[in-house]
Amino acid sequence: MTKFIKRGYLVLVLLFLYVPIVVLILQSFNAGVSRAKWEGFSLKWYADLFQSPAITNALYITVTIALLASFFATIIGTAAAIGIHAMRRRPQAAMMTLTNIPMTMPDIVTGISLMLLFIFTRVQRGYVTMLLAHITFNIPYVILSVLPKLKQMNRHSYEAALDLGATPGYALRKVILPFVMPGVITGALLSFTLSLDDFTISYFTTSPLVQNLSTLIYSEARKGIKPTMNALSALMFVALLILLLAINRRATKAQETKTNGGTK
Amino acid sequence: MISMRFPPWAIGAMILGLAGFAVMVAANVRQNRGVKRSLFAYPYSLWMVVFTIIPLLLIAYYAFTDRSGQFTLENFRTFWDSNHEMNKQLAELGFDPAALGGARGTVNVDTLVYSLWMAFLCTVICLFLGYPAALFMADRQFRLGATLVILFIIPMWMNFLLRTIAWMSLLEDNGLINSILTALGLPRMQLMYNSQAVLLGMVYNYLPFMVFPVYNALSKQDYRLSEAAMDLGASPILTFWRVTMPLSLPGVISGITMVFMPSVTTFFIPRVLGGGNTEMFGDLIERTFLSADNWNVGSALSLIMMVLILMSLTLLRKVDPEGEGGSTI
Amino acid sequence: MKKLISLVLIALLALSMIPAQAQNPGVVNVFNWEDYIDEEVIRLFEEETGIKVNYMRFTLNEDMLVQVRTSPGAFDVVFPSDYAMERMIAEDLLQPIDFSKVPNEAHTMDWLRNPDYDPGHVHSVPYMWGTVGILYDTTRVAAPIDSWGALFSDTYKGEVFMLDSPRDTLGVALKYLGYSINSKNPEEIKAAADLLIKQKQDGIVKAYQVDETKDKMVAGEGILAVMWSGDAQYAINLNPDLAYVVPKEGSNVWVDGMVIPREARNVDNAHAFINFLSRPDIAQMNCEYIEYSSPNQAAIELMGEDYAQNPNLNPSQETIDSCEFFHDNQDVKVLYETFWGMVKNAK
Repeated sequence: MTKFIKRGYLVLVLLFLYVPIVVLILQSFNAGVSRAKWEGFSLKWYADLFQSPAITNALYITVTIALLASFFATIIGTAAAIGIHAMRRRPQAAMMTLTNIPMTMPDIVTGISLMLLFIFTRVQRGYVTMLLAHITFNIPYVILSVLPKLKQMNRHSYEAALDLGATPGYALRKVILPFVMPGVITGALLSFTLSLDDFTISYFTTSPLVQNLSTLIYSEARKGIKPTMNALSALMFVALLILLLAINRRATKAQETKTNGGTK
Repeated sequence: MISMRFPPWAIGAMILGLAGFAVMVAANVRQNRGVKRSLFAYPYSLWMVVFTIIPLLLIAYYAFTDRSGQFTLENFRTFWDSNHEMNKQLAELGFDPAALGGARGTVNVDTLVYSLWMAFLCTVICLFLGYPAALFMADRQFRLGATLVILFIIPMWMNFLLRTIAWMSLLEDNGLINSILTALGLPRMQLMYNSQAVLLGMVYNYLPFMVFPVYNALSKQDYRLSEAAMDLGASPILTFWRVTMPLSLPGVISGITMVFMPSVTTFFIPRVLGGGNTEMFGDLIERTFLSADNWNVGSALSLIMMVLILMSLTLLRKVDPEGEGGSTI
Repeated sequence: MKKLISLVLIALLALSMIPAQAQNPGVVNVFNWEDYIDEEVIRLFEEETGIKVNYMRFTLNEDMLVQVRTSPGAFDVVFPSDYAMERMIAEDLLQPIDFSKVPNEAHTMDWLRNPDYDPGHVHSVPYMWGTVGILYDTTRVAAPIDSWGALFSDTYKGEVFMLDSPRDTLGVALKYLGYSINSKNPEEIKAAADLLIKQKQDGIVKAYQVDETKDKMVAGEGILAVMWSGDAQYAINLNPDLAYVVPKEGSNVWVDGMVIPREARNVDNAHAFINFLSRPDIAQMNCEYIEYSSPNQAAIELMGEDYAQNPNLNPSQETIDSCEFFHDNQDVKVLYETFWGMVKNAK
């Protein structure tokens, strides 16, 4: 009985999350241009997608920036979390405040402040500056994902490893990292998510020639977002769903063989 | 409007900041007698100094100066009394401020309070909705748990504007939900253009940020602890309350942090789902920077909001049982 | 690990310092609103002249101003709205147009040849224009709407969409009260704000929005909406029950124009682009795609009866005369913004 309630609850929550997505995808098949009026089923927006260089460019930029930014943010953030965890009370509190600061800044302030930085240092805005900005706002999320795992870890494991003769580097790789890996992955996923969707910060830290998907969609909002964008989102959704489920399948399979094949 | 010439005191402050950083690194190495794990955090702090602190100092520069670059505290006064600048100008133009602008304008303060309140509600709802979800997914006997977690994040990869607009199609007076209601013969409901819709949009947007850290904290918990508790006679509920929940607290704190702070600065959702009927602080700041072209007041408002949020988070950290030493076994 | 990170960081910083390459003589950098040109036009231009068009987009005049101020030389042709043009002229961001290179400018309608926002027509060539008025659902009103007063009466309680834009909405209230939309008189502005606050407190307004309104009107979400003429045409095309009117008290007429920034690097190409867009057949193609009003007399003649008979896109001279341009209101901006804040904050 409780199992039923638990499953039911999860289904409800997932429904809540996915109903708008379904609506979004349905709209991509609307022959008409306005979401207010359904004018029949059509695939023309999907065809349009591949003929629009602006969209394909933006997609390329969005995905590469998201991948690169989450990569670097994860490295820097994980290292930082490990470092912060090892700090004493006072410096640790100071570092946590530092970590929180970017998250309290509204997007527009982050965007404008970074823009000011680039103007002040005479750095030309473009792809690289946008990447730097993305890494900057992603790192705190990585830290906040990895830190709880570090706190959960048995604090003596690392020292025990050192006592048993491991070098700090070895202990790090074999003791700490495996334990915090879920946090690292979560952090990476969150970073990727945030980068995919950001528009305000991207807008101010890039040049108008280098647009990502979000800034492109936002700029369409004035005249009306064409269902082409919905079509793109639908395709991305399907692609990502398949990709992630495939990865997950392999991970669970690997996990199962490890548990079944390893010694008890 | 944007002054490229920063006065000596601003440049001096920035150089001091970098110098201070260098000193800190040296002190740490000296104190620990060599490279220790804590040094791992220093690349990060350097990055933050360059890409967060210095830009923040630039914002502070605008907050503490007026249009001509002179030092002033007036911008903060405008936060408290949103009519302040206007009353000054009215007086200059020869009009009587009392008759026109009148009393202290509470627009900025009201908006900030409203935003903090909405962010608080959003966080609480996310916690009450998200914790059980994370709990059920982390259940060891539930094999699909990890897969479901992935399903949680995928909607977040759909563009935020498109998702919010999709909600419009659902909630509008002529939207899908109301169409279904009318088809069933039920009266229409006003589901949009109000604070409830904005709250819905916010929860929708931030729920996964609560679920993830909590799930992470719960999934790797040593299940033997709760088994032991139940063997000793505790009911499932008591076990949860005394064993599982406290151990998940770091994850909960992370979740609250990742939801509360960004949600105070939400913009776009109040406009689209709330019908622009009430501004939230994020919209206000954007309007001040762009439409009003007032970077000074905008910067001051941002600083005030940041300080308030940081303060409330410091209070939160006092609740964190970190001081007790984390895992005890 | 740390070393690797630092190396990568240094490499990235170094990369970003690479200065911009010298501009290829066969390029023109255009900065325009989204979806504000027929892509076919760009293609034809590139074909006929061999000049490559770098097409960039902005969302708001304010965003555009920030970009133009902070990236001098990045843009050759920009499409600001009238009041933004005034601001740019005041900040000395533009250069005068050499009309010997833009002969097609002669097709501009007479009443736009010496506009307030650009006296003597020195810095700009008009691109598209329109009015602000009321879009309404003819099936749900008792009689055709003809006055701003309809927005403030209880008859349409809860079914009115206003624009989420300080100048436009305060302007509507000012016009209704008989004042100028560019009023600098605090008493007048306050009266307008009070009217709007009362309207909000009486529950007459459903929402303050900008972009979303036209789709909502198509769906029948509201009865009245303040709207720009071009958006109104879009809505009417999709829902023939809707109608648009410029109220008798007068309104705002707006123009989006083409300007060349002072620091532009491809000045000749910029002139060529502007000239191309002003060519009658090209202007006609563009206008039929965008469906706003065209300032190009020759193009209008080419578009025939459909356009000429459309009162939304082709209003009478009388209507035009009752409308005003927005002027840059930098010196009273604080007044407008503060009063607007009060309107938004009113419960």
